[in-house]
Amino acid sequence: MNATRLVIVAVGGQGNILAARMLGETAVVAGVPVRMSEFHGMAQRGGVVESMIILGGGESVCISDGEADVLVGFEPSETFRALRKCNRDALIISNTYPVPPYTVALGKAQYPPVPETMSKIRGRVKKLIYFDATALALQAGSALALNMVMLGALAGSGVLPLETISIRETIRDKSKKSFVEINLMAFDLGMKALAAS
Amino acid sequence: MHPLLKGKPGEKMLMLGNEAIARGAIEAGLAFATAYPGTPSSEIALQFFQISQESDLYFEYSGNEKVALEVAAGAAMSGLRVMCTMKHVGVNVAADALMTLAYTGVVGSLVLVSADDPYMFSSQNEQDNRFYGKLSGLPVLEPSSVAEAKEMVKYAFELSEKLGEPVIFRTTTRINHSSGVVELGPVKRRITGGDFKKKPFSYVCVPAVSRSLHAKLLQKYEQALSLSNENSWNMVEGNGTWGIVCNGVSYGYVRDALRDLDSEARFRLLRVGFSHPLPGGLIKNFLKGCEQVLVVEEGEPYLEEGVKALAQEVGLTLTIRGKGEGLFSRLYEFDPAMVKSVIAFYFGLPFTPPQPIDVSDLPEAPARPPNLCAGCPHRATYVAVREVFGDEAIYPTDIGCYTLGLLPPLNMGDFLISMGSSVGTAGGFSRATGRKVVSFIGDSTFFHAGLPGLASAVFNKHNFTLIVLDNGTTAMTGHQPHPGAEVGHMGLPLQQVSIEEAARGLGVKKVITVDPLKFRKTVEALKEAASYEGVSVLVARAFCPLYERTFPNHKKARAFYVDAQKCRNHKTCVNKIACPAFYLEKERVRIDENRCVGCAFCAQFCPENAILPLKKEVLK
Repeated sequence: MNATRLVIVAVGGQGNILAARMLGETAVVAGVPVRMSEFHGMAQRGGVVESMIILGGGESVCISDGEADVLVGFEPSETFRALRKCNRDALIISNTYPVPPYTVALGKAQYPPVPETMSKIRGRVKKLIYFDATALALQAGSALALNMVMLGALAGSGVLPLETISIRETIRDKSKKSFVEINLMAFDLGMKALAAS
Repeated sequence: MHPLLKGKPGEKMLMLGNEAIARGAIEAGLAFATAYPGTPSSEIALQFFQISQESDLYFEYSGNEKVALEVAAGAAMSGLRVMCTMKHVGVNVAADALMTLAYTGVVGSLVLVSADDPYMFSSQNEQDNRFYGKLSGLPVLEPSSVAEAKEMVKYAFELSEKLGEPVIFRTTTRINHSSGVVELGPVKRRITGGDFKKKPFSYVCVPAVSRSLHAKLLQKYEQALSLSNENSWNMVEGNGTWGIVCNGVSYGYVRDALRDLDSEARFRLLRVGFSHPLPGGLIKNFLKGCEQVLVVEEGEPYLEEGVKALAQEVGLTLTIRGKGEGLFSRLYEFDPAMVKSVIAFYFGLPFTPPQPIDVSDLPEAPARPPNLCAGCPHRATYVAVREVFGDEAIYPTDIGCYTLGLLPPLNMGDFLISMGSSVGTAGGFSRATGRKVVSFIGDSTFFHAGLPGLASAVFNKHNFTLIVLDNGTTAMTGHQPHPGAEVGHMGLPLQQVSIEEAARGLGVKKVITVDPLKFRKTVEALKEAASYEGVSVLVARAFCPLYERTFPNHKKARAFYVDAQKCRNHKTCVNKIACPAFYLEKERVRIDENRCVGCAFCAQFCPENAILPLKKEVLK
């Protein structure tokens, strides 16, 4: 099937659903067929949030293990958890800034070593890109702009059947007014980070 | 203006499945809607709640699903177009009303949305509500996509009007919580004024009346059957000899699979969207062209059993399979690769399943279970209850955020089956064991299903303490109002019902109210309630912090910090309370000031008084 399958994983509060929605809205304007599915069990209570976005042909509304073309992880341990979605041809873009679950924060569980695990993943997929996206979000003006940094990196990777300029327009359109400039700057920083990697 | 009221016919919008369902109802001229919130149905009601505040649409959050359906029934009997939404297990609560509403039928139209939850993303079971069609005799419609959901809802209203009976619109989480592109249609005029014409010998279901109504229901069933047989929601595609019968989201998986397996020409596909009554004539004809058939449906073998029975009626002996070893499971959700691999296996087609990368040697990602929020007053209540009763008491619990009290270190929750079960089961546990029983119920759940159990417990002289965890809202499903909630700040002119007065009115003699964030007082109150012989009620009242921060003029309280000089690292705070605002830095307890809501609960535990509110100078 001629479609691009994206899985975005994050921790509740990182703006995953909004980022997915921005992509979806851009696809609608561009006339690219889009289907999305979200899982946000008890996101506000610190759980995992997963979005699946299918751009292009076909009818399925979700993505099986091994089917994802792109995995975007807003949090490194969530990237690791979702690895089974990827096959050898996948692209992975991940933040490296950890948000430890409270079990880890309280010393009841181990957080995986981020750089070591990332280097183990390298070579198992077509391309792996990781950087401290949270730092870039802060540089843009708010930790809440993390989702836009990741969206920028995704756009910069060139895997999307969407124009970067149209995604920027959606961000301008759909962001809260006070956040438009921060979001756009975060998006651009994400693109640059990808280009530099 | 509400986004679902904007836009011209022909315009395309990206919508969540639940938004598409709400928009479909609006296009159909919906005048009256009721709901009890529950995942994955809640966003449908949210749209109606918002729209009702800027239009003449009537909407209410009813006390429970049975009440929601009964209020809806009254409006539908008065000729209005009515929708009632709930999650699948909510239909169990409404079932008593539904079974006999099927007999009376309705005058206007009534669409009952049952949002099923295969895999139990957010539910206590994964029952398949298509069987409510069989049980009640009512029509069932099931969409396969977000865009179709909107169109099918409109048809559901037409069908209900045509047959003069409620129609069950059954979705699954993958429809409710998926988004797709929806084309807007014209909006029918809303007729909000109804009238009720009395016909007691058709509407008052005493035995003599019901005997003739049941016969009428069967006549309507025949009418529905012929509609189902010729209905475009039941469609046949292709003319191969390998048959597939499917429904819901499985249809998309099947279509993608046939294309990917590059063998569409060999298949004949029947998508059942009008699934009760099953389109018997259509299915029989379909089977005649097939050599073997696979039924693809999540949940129970509803279609499979129906198709097999129909094959028998026409003397066909072809193989029809669906659920079983090596084929499909009754458990959980399907996914595209699973459907593709079963189709390939069953029909003997070559297929290489997608190959996930090997991660067996990588460190496992730490579990990230949902947790009671920082500053959640439920945690405070649980800490106090544990202090007083430890592991000795039996703790029946109920459905809401507070169910998370089950997790360590709180370990508060021993039994849970359904909304309100904390109250009923408490009586059973205490009678059967003679042990101390302390049960937990949330404020919304108390009004939903706690009241009858409480009256019954008082009457039967049971002995337990019921703790009403009153955080002022239906927090779990997104802060919907309920009869005990104060909603003045939302601009809603509704009458608040007092939990204490309700309990006293039901005959409870010992009713105590505490602020659970005050630890010592809560412990004293618990001891007092528990020493009472009989049914006692303790109302633990403090706002949900997520809800509270939405109040106008809400000011965040000062966060707390751990004074490193004073702290002796007992970790009492971490081990007893486990608030997610705590973290360890080099084995020393710290408080994340961004997560701390300043509830001051933990400060009451520190033997060194090392947990203190942040002062301005400490705030950097």
